[in-house]
Amino acid sequence: MWIFLGSECLFFGSLIATYLIFKGEIDLPPFPSETFIETAYLEEAVASGEITEVASHLCHESSEAGISVCEGIFDIPLTSQSTFVLLMSSVAMVLAVYGAQHNRPMMMKFWLLATMLLGVIFLGYQVYEFRTFGQEGLTLETSQFGASFFVLTGFHGTHVAVGVLILGSLLLASFRRRGLGSEPGFQVETAGLYWHFVDIVWIVIFTVLYLIPA
Amino acid sequence: MTEEALLRISQRWARRLLILAPAALTILFAACSDPQTTIEPRSDMTEAIQGVYEIVFWLSMFVFVAIMLLTLWLAVRYREQPGREAIQIHGHQRLEILWTIIPVAIVLIMLVPTWQVIADTTDTPPENSMVVEATGKQWWFEFKYPDLGITTANELHVQAGRPVHVKLYADDVIHSFWIPQLAGKVDMVPGHENDLWFTPNDDSAREEAYLGQCVEFCGASHANMRFRVFVHDEAGFNAWAENELSDALEPTTELGQLGATLFVVRCAECHTVRGTAASIADFGPDLTHIGSRETIAAGILDNNFENLVKWISNPAEIKPGIEPENDIIDKDPPLRFMRAFEDEISAEDIQAIAQYLTELK
Amino acid sequence: MATAAGTIAAPTTESVVWSWITTVDHKRIGALYGVTAFIFFLIGGVEALLIRTQLAVPNGTVIDAQLYNQLFTMHALTMIFLAIMPLGAAFFNYMVPLMIGARDVAFPRLNALSYWIFLFGGLVLTSSFFFGGAPDTGWFAYQPISSSQFAGSGMDFYVIGLMILGISSLAAALNFAVTIINLRAPGMTMMRLPVFIWMTFIVMFLLILALPVLTVALIQMLFDRQFTTSFFLPDGGGDPILWQHLFWVFGHPEVYILILPAMGVVSEVLPTFSRKPLFGYAAIVFAGIAIGFLGWAVWSHHMFTTGLGAVQQAVFSASTMAIGIPTGIKVFNWLATMWGGSIRFTTAMYFAIAFVAMFTIGGISGVMHASPPVDQQQQDTYFIVAHIHYVLVGGALFGVFSGLYYWWPKMTGRLLGETLGKWNFWLMFAGLNIAFFPMHFLGVSGMPRRIYTYDPNLGWDFWNLVATVGAFILALGVLFFIINVFKTQQREPDAGDNPWDAPTLEWATTSPPPEHDFDVIPEVHSREPVWYMRDHNMTTPDPEPGTHIHLPPPSYYPIIIAFGVLLLGLGPLSHLAVTALGVPVIIYGIWGWTLEPTE
Repeated sequence: MWIFLGSECLFFGSLIATYLIFKGEIDLPPFPSETFIETAYLEEAVASGEITEVASHLCHESSEAGISVCEGIFDIPLTSQSTFVLLMSSVAMVLAVYGAQHNRPMMMKFWLLATMLLGVIFLGYQVYEFRTFGQEGLTLETSQFGASFFVLTGFHGTHVAVGVLILGSLLLASFRRRGLGSEPGFQVETAGLYWHFVDIVWIVIFTVLYLIPA
Repeated sequence: MTEEALLRISQRWARRLLILAPAALTILFAACSDPQTTIEPRSDMTEAIQGVYEIVFWLSMFVFVAIMLLTLWLAVRYREQPGREAIQIHGHQRLEILWTIIPVAIVLIMLVPTWQVIADTTDTPPENSMVVEATGKQWWFEFKYPDLGITTANELHVQAGRPVHVKLYADDVIHSFWIPQLAGKVDMVPGHENDLWFTPNDDSAREEAYLGQCVEFCGASHANMRFRVFVHDEAGFNAWAENELSDALEPTTELGQLGATLFVVRCAECHTVRGTAASIADFGPDLTHIGSRETIAAGILDNNFENLVKWISNPAEIKPGIEPENDIIDKDPPLRFMRAFEDEISAEDIQAIAQYLTELK
Repeated sequence: MATAAGTIAAPTTESVVWSWITTVDHKRIGALYGVTAFIFFLIGGVEALLIRTQLAVPNGTVIDAQLYNQLFTMHALTMIFLAIMPLGAAFFNYMVPLMIGARDVAFPRLNALSYWIFLFGGLVLTSSFFFGGAPDTGWFAYQPISSSQFAGSGMDFYVIGLMILGISSLAAALNFAVTIINLRAPGMTMMRLPVFIWMTFIVMFLLILALPVLTVALIQMLFDRQFTTSFFLPDGGGDPILWQHLFWVFGHPEVYILILPAMGVVSEVLPTFSRKPLFGYAAIVFAGIAIGFLGWAVWSHHMFTTGLGAVQQAVFSASTMAIGIPTGIKVFNWLATMWGGSIRFTTAMYFAIAFVAMFTIGGISGVMHASPPVDQQQQDTYFIVAHIHYVLVGGALFGVFSGLYYWWPKMTGRLLGETLGKWNFWLMFAGLNIAFFPMHFLGVSGMPRRIYTYDPNLGWDFWNLVATVGAFILALGVLFFIINVFKTQQREPDAGDNPWDAPTLEWATTSPPPEHDFDVIPEVHSREPVWYMRDHNMTTPDPEPGTHIHLPPPSYYPIIIAFGVLLLGLGPLSHLAVTALGVPVIIYGIWGWTLEPTE
């Protein structure tokens, strides 16, 4: 499992690198965070169809003449909530592993279920965020920012979803007569390793994408 | 097979290899006379490359011959023979250190001149360089001289002893710019600007063209994307530039005049002939002085009446991939290929246009 | 045996076909890999012969430009991903458990899954010929020429095919890394591992770390082609050079993925037939590790002509040339292994010695264009074609053939014919040099690669014709191998357990080995365990009566999951509904897989 996670590091590393490479090249809204640009440039971009009408609504005249201020698209308080949810799921995972290793099946089952639910809530946040961004004019084809953002967070979301499935199958299997077989601790621990990894990747993504300003 | 026979074979091969090695060298240098040779430099840039190449080449030859002989000698010397016992050793520290040092030394000898040439060729172009903007397109080269106001295609003209700074662009896909005797290759990447510069040697002016070719795979007719470079003395270059700057010549033959009329109707959509009504479009090659070029179709056909007729009639037969269905209209600039005019106009009309083009000296 | 709800009972029938489809035995999976890869190898060979036929004379008219471009692309993809890599996989599937003294790999069903996914991936890639044309922009698929604007559906097959193959290799790599770490026989310390195992081990890590980078590049390409992003498309603000970086970050370790197993094979064959231990074992192992590390720091040498800038050129030329150092150490140690030996010239040994010589030629020319200025004259010319073929044919492929002759008796109980073997060798050796040595000259006289035609007045005619003749001689050599195999398989098994008097553990069991590999797991006392047993007059202990050897039962689920992966991949090529169909198949497969009893 550790070796597999090494492989995954390279996977997300490449995606984050792509994002960082393109991050410097965003010169039209939607921007990740609040940005000032020349109004004339903005209007020209709308006129030539380079950005959509919707995206230009993120911007308005600033106090300085000829300069517009564009709202950042990231809603940091909201994403902080979802990050908190994911962090809590890791805590739940720790408790589930504890339960499995100390032969307390009810505890394990409960916390597995809790981890799964928290994962699903995180995914819910992500779906909501994607929808909002879409309405505000950020899509795959809007800009390099849109493309690399959606591909990166989308693949992270897929990893969370796969994690939920893994936990789900463990949970289902634990209801069998034989339970999780002779080594429940090992199986749950391996799943936990994966879950924590996905969690840590999200912390990195959250820091690099959301918290470090453009 | 008996051991004796094996020994005979290996000895025979050893002898042959010994004879072959110098033969190989002779052949390698015989490659000099080929028109696209990489080892007969005619500019400061290619001479600098050649300097590194020779060091690297001789070192490589030395290692090559040494290892081949060593392998053969070991194979023959330690073949199975009655009474021979293999020596049971696992290693030898001093020997192993020795053959770690040998490759390190060879690598260092290669690196120093390499770094020197990198530093020299990626510095800044000489102040007095003549700037040429070269753009790779599927499948031809456009050359613009912004200072002189000249636009031409597939034939680059430079002056011996005068530095040229080539700015490299691409319109569609990645191409690469290479004149083996004058300039080592640098890619033309869409969305990027690359540069290279070279000064043709003072004695490099000649009638015959130097050959260049696209060397990054760029689609169906990658093989058919070539160009020519003419190195002139000062007078020759100025004469060429003056002719290029002048407007197109009036056709003198009756057929040519008919062709001029047809050209405006049929060809002006893509091609420019300066000084005529056909001077709006700029995505086909500029044809103002096509009659003075040595070749057509990016250096793959001699420029004469028959070939022009053939080309206008059905260009895709000569250059696969330029069928109209491969056009990309919604691109900026659009990618549009030459159509097969035999489907659209009569053979007589095609001949008239071809005649007109031959007269655009 | 009770079955969990909704799952299929483990297969019990004796039908030959089903027993192969459901097998989880590493030896059978190795054989499947070998046969499949060899068939793909022949397909790749036919593609090569068509290419050479077209180029035999100037202005060739055998095939047109479009088909030529498909052929050179598919020749590279087939040889790299469907022939040489899986031929290596065949060996490490068959040999790794035997050489480390294990009964099977760590995850036998995962192993079967790798094979089936590989097979389906290979079929997807190759089937592109019949569905609107094969990939035609080179195996490196540079952008933007591989975008949906310029390239047809062939490139979708490229993306999907390589992704599927990537899953297969990743699963196999994890499996074998774990196997080598965990399942070694008692006494088999890391520094007693056969060099072949060491090289396999390094390859596994290269695969594990390199494949995700390719996967990301492929995903971004897929999005560019299908979902209107423009990661690599300059028109939408993307950067075609980013693709080159990602591709070569994968692509260069890939070169070592191809060559290291061959180096491993040769490091087994040379000592056996020189009748002495490998010279400088530790140096060879550490040189292999060094190559594995340095392989990550050289990718930009594929991009010297893209306008990298002086610093990058200087750094990457240094790191690239530095790879010559551990490689040189290896070559010297191999030669020193022959020194003082009593060399038996079997066909396997011929191939191994030829490997050392031919690989050295490829290595030397590689160091030549590690110098960026020199590369400006050699990049994308036939000089590079010569270089890669000396490395991949003279190197990787000769290594594979050496291994085939060396291990054939272990795998089948029969020794491959030596007379036909010598014909096989000399024809391939002559063909290799006649085909590829002249390409150095062609490159020096300025012939670019990937051109489907050339003019007669450029001085390239003669050597092109020679190269074509050489290619056919090489093919004839391969034909002799096939004849040899058929003739050999008609004979009675005659090999015995250890026909070569070889030192490693796989020779301590019968030929072919029993399903459980070893009756008793041997204990290892030295780097050459079989010679140690011979010199200390030890015999293999008899199994204690009544011991039950636990073997994993065959399973349907690997091929079911592989089929689901195939459906998943076929979606973007046909209709997304197919992808949707694949998901339940995979979930069902995983469900059954987890619940399937393994005792």
